[in-house]
Amino acid sequence: MNSVSSVADTAAGPVSTGPVARVGGNPFRFLTTLRPGDILAIAPFILFALLFLVMPTLGLVVGAFQDANGNFTFDNILQLGGPQIVASFWISIRVSAASAVLGALIGLAIAMAIIRGRLPEFIRSSVMTFSGVASNFAGIPLAFAFLATLGRLGLVTVLFKTLFGFDLTRSFNILSFWGLTVTYLYFQIPLMILIIAPAIDGLKKEWSEAAATLGATRFQFWRHVGFPVLWPNLLGTLSLLFANAFGAIATAYALTGSSLNIVPILLYAQIRGDVLHNPGLGAALALGMIVITALANVIYLVVRTRAERWLK
Amino acid sequence: MKQGKLWSWVIFILGALYFLVPLYATFDFSLHIRRDHLSFDAYANVLNDPRFQAAFSYSLIIGAAAIVVGLLLVVPAAYYVRLRAPHLRPIIEFITLLPLIIPAIILVFGYIRMYNTSSLIPLLGTNFGSDVLLTLAYVALALPYMYRAVDTGLRTIDVQTLTEAANILGANQATIIARVIFPNIIVAVLSGAFLTLAIVIGEFTIASLLNRQVFGVYMQNVGANRAYEPSALAVISFVITWGAMGMIQLLARFAPKTARLD
Repeated sequence: MNSVSSVADTAAGPVSTGPVARVGGNPFRFLTTLRPGDILAIAPFILFALLFLVMPTLGLVVGAFQDANGNFTFDNILQLGGPQIVASFWISIRVSAASAVLGALIGLAIAMAIIRGRLPEFIRSSVMTFSGVASNFAGIPLAFAFLATLGRLGLVTVLFKTLFGFDLTRSFNILSFWGLTVTYLYFQIPLMILIIAPAIDGLKKEWSEAAATLGATRFQFWRHVGFPVLWPNLLGTLSLLFANAFGAIATAYALTGSSLNIVPILLYAQIRGDVLHNPGLGAALALGMIVITALANVIYLVVRTRAERWLK
Repeated sequence: MKQGKLWSWVIFILGALYFLVPLYATFDFSLHIRRDHLSFDAYANVLNDPRFQAAFSYSLIIGAAAIVVGLLLVVPAAYYVRLRAPHLRPIIEFITLLPLIIPAIILVFGYIRMYNTSSLIPLLGTNFGSDVLLTLAYVALALPYMYRAVDTGLRTIDVQTLTEAANILGANQATIIARVIFPNIIVAVLSGAFLTLAIVIGEFTIASLLNRQVFGVYMQNVGANRAYEPSALAVISFVITWGAMGMIQLLARFAPKTARLD
């Protein structure tokens, strides 16, 4: 009569502090109370995660340290220092950093404007809805949209030419570092707004009232209260935006072909046709990407737990 | 104080320009395929292209399969974690975050090395195997969103009481999940499904490297060879994304308001 005893067990308290959780010491204690149904519920999920998330990634990590015959080597890692690969990491890092910093600043400004700027309420809700859509509007179609806007025959380019007689393509090329950065902002800014809005909401009205009562100016409030509370969130979101841009490929591929050799595009070409003439080097390239995006994400996750302390 | 409000308007309007001008420009561009007048011919060209129809319906089928598989994996796991093993939550949540941490191109590279024709599980050896692999890749891509949606749904109902009631009436665990829990979180499940669809429908990287002719790969092809059709495709996929997200917003209004207090 397993099920009945489990009902009695669980009835003793709310789910989150159930009897199993309350046992300190041995975290595997739950194994002793495991029923077949429980295993059926969780095993497919774990198996899927192992086969389609963990093992493929670990396989690449291992592959980065293997030569063509499967022997251990540091050679692939050392070859990452070659000029072509260093150059593509550098351009990737620059595009990701620029789009993350600009995206964070502009997103913060917009979020502040719609939440604390006393704009009509409908503006806030439409901006939030639109951000949900725009942050998912990436990849190939986004590249098309920007080609139609800032490309050689794009609307804005043509407008500048006919209205001001100014050839935009001379100073701004959509197939360049800035072109890619401006395009990435289209999903970076909305992502920033979506993540930072709850944090700004969490800044309680009482805090600014209390500060004002104590004679603080608006600047002092932000300097000593608002900004320090938001700071971990800003830092965390910044690294998330960085990782987001660093792994993106479809937009850049459709926009620039392979004229801007960011790391994912180089890796794409390597998977397609071994352009680096060394399969192990492809794995090493992947390892480099994993390290950078994982680092950025770990910063985000660590900082986020810290950030949540004040913003309940 | 007045000045602050003015600045808010300035920032909002500049932001709105940045986001709306490309949309307008794309739409405008897509109408200019004829020299002398505006027309929807670019859309007609795309919609009548048999390769578009094939790629789009293939994407829809893979997307639907990914939603079903994703739900079969996520609903029991999330239910079990919430009810019986809250201490596993950090591990499970970390797993669901992995697809956000590992870029798609890394995942597919790993798949190609792990499931190639000379491997233990040669999924890439057959067409059907590749379809399966693509479906599972999309399940992985959508996992963070699917899990979050289902878990949020579970939080709004009283899983504990529902399970006990069903238990007393003699239901087994599978019946409880399928006939008690699932119908109660259907709204959350549907928003997870639409989010999955929005992510999957235009995906390019994974499908392209697995040699699957999906909508995203078709778009890339057209982009490399045509002038006006890409804009029409961009408008179409924006409408799809907007539709999927709109459905989620709409569904949120039907979400049960009988939240358990915890």
